[in-house]
Amino acid sequence: MLSVSNVSKTYAAGDKALDDVSFTIPAGQVVGLIGPSGAGKSTLIRCVNRLVEPTSGTITLGDTPITGLSVSDLRSVRRRIGMIFQEYALVERLTVMENVLSGRLGYVSFWRSLLRRFPAVDVQKAYALLDRVGLMEHASKRADALSGGQRQRVGIARALEQDPELLLVDEPTASLDPKTSRQIMRLLIEICNERQLPAIINIHDVVLARQFTERLIGLQAGRIVFDGAPSELDETVLTRIYGEEDWTTLDKETEAA
Amino acid sequence: MASPSNTAGDSGTASYPTRWTRPPVFIQRAWLRWGLSLLALIWFVLAIGTLDVNWVRVAEGLERGWRFIKGFLTPDFVTRWPDISKGLVESLTMTLTSTVAGVLLSVPVGIGAARNVAPKAVYYVCRSIIAVSRSLQEIIIAILFVTMFGFGPFAGFLTLSFATIGFLAKLLAEDIEDIDEKQMEAIKATGASWLQLINYGVQPQVMPRLIGLSLYRLDINFRESAVIGIVGAGGIGATLNTAIDRYEFDSAGAILLIIIAIVMLAEYSSGYVRRWVQ
Repeated sequence: MLSVSNVSKTYAAGDKALDDVSFTIPAGQVVGLIGPSGAGKSTLIRCVNRLVEPTSGTITLGDTPITGLSVSDLRSVRRRIGMIFQEYALVERLTVMENVLSGRLGYVSFWRSLLRRFPAVDVQKAYALLDRVGLMEHASKRADALSGGQRQRVGIARALEQDPELLLVDEPTASLDPKTSRQIMRLLIEICNERQLPAIINIHDVVLARQFTERLIGLQAGRIVFDGAPSELDETVLTRIYGEEDWTTLDKETEAA
Repeated sequence: MASPSNTAGDSGTASYPTRWTRPPVFIQRAWLRWGLSLLALIWFVLAIGTLDVNWVRVAEGLERGWRFIKGFLTPDFVTRWPDISKGLVESLTMTLTSTVAGVLLSVPVGIGAARNVAPKAVYYVCRSIIAVSRSLQEIIIAILFVTMFGFGPFAGFLTLSFATIGFLAKLLAEDIEDIDEKQMEAIKATGASWLQLINYGVQPQVMPRLIGLSLYRLDINFRESAVIGIVGAGGIGATLNTAIDRYEFDSAGAILLIIIAIVMLAEYSSGYVRRWVQ
């Protein structure tokens, strides 16, 4: 379970990215985080694993208070949180296998990782995950030899290799075409359901968000302005999150999807 | 619909101007722009005026130059071959050892001098090491080391290692600062330690350039080894200096030809390897 309470973030330049944000996510729940560009979605999920330092507030994962951890303790909590990125963020010149195994870096010693001698169970798990995401035969290819959708599958496998208790997903479909986007979202949801894995998915595509998540949080200028089921997301709520626009066509799209 | 037209006088666009001149973006104020150009011109004219050319000496020099060219055209590899081969071996040894030592030392310094991976304090220390190494030209360092450790290739080895640090660490640091931060962020998010972050997130991104720069430095070091030999740091430069001092321009020509051949070989092969590691 993840709980975020009264988290604020003000950047050094003075702009307030998050303003008193609070919510909890129970085990197994997939939450879509929506909002306009610059609303603080990226900042919020980066505060959870402290890639961004929150200015105030507390975040707890299970029994571990993430905020206030020392650097070495922070490593051990980061390895419990898997992260999936926009534009995949694979290490392009490493092989697919190395990218997946890098999910174990928090668990193995530097020498083992330097010599690429990961424990047998880790290698076995990596193969199993590559098989799960359908990339078994690509294990020894360099990551930059894959297509966009394939790369994002590697990104998913890397996050799962960590055996995470929570997934943070930052715009997983932003650089993918509509069909691949849907396949990737479906894969993510299936995996979360299989493992009872809670997830926060930043997503700017409202149609996709409504179609695939069970709960939506709407962020506007760093504040939560909506928190509820996708079915409650009507025109007034959309206007509250994104501002005035003709939302009727969006409704039709969702029905069609 | 009428065919598209951009000519002035077309009904819809008649009121817009037909000319556009690029505003001076570099220096806006006209007097400053012209003033600076004028100053540069005056400086140039004055500088030319202070050149004191001794035409008699130039004529003599041309004659010596001609003798040198004649020697160069009839290179003599044989007479001084023992000296030349000894100098060559010294130079090549110096080049390889100093490049390896320099690369080994500049990797930690370069990582330390990259703002995005090193703490502030380390960053400033490493940047100062680079600044010191770069501010001193090879010849000056060679003179210092020759004074400290005596004539011979050891002084040359130290000089080239020291110069390699400034060159390679600076370029490596800049390359690390230019890497794709997202790949690094992803590795950081897995709970990797700092060393693992460098090994997985940074090294794969900078490795081709590091290899390319090391090879480039190898051929710079060979060329420099010929130069610093002249101030006593051993190697082929010392042999060349001796040959010129003895007016043996045919041997000097042979040495120069060998240097050119080796540099061209190094240049060609390093270019090939750099394409291959991409």
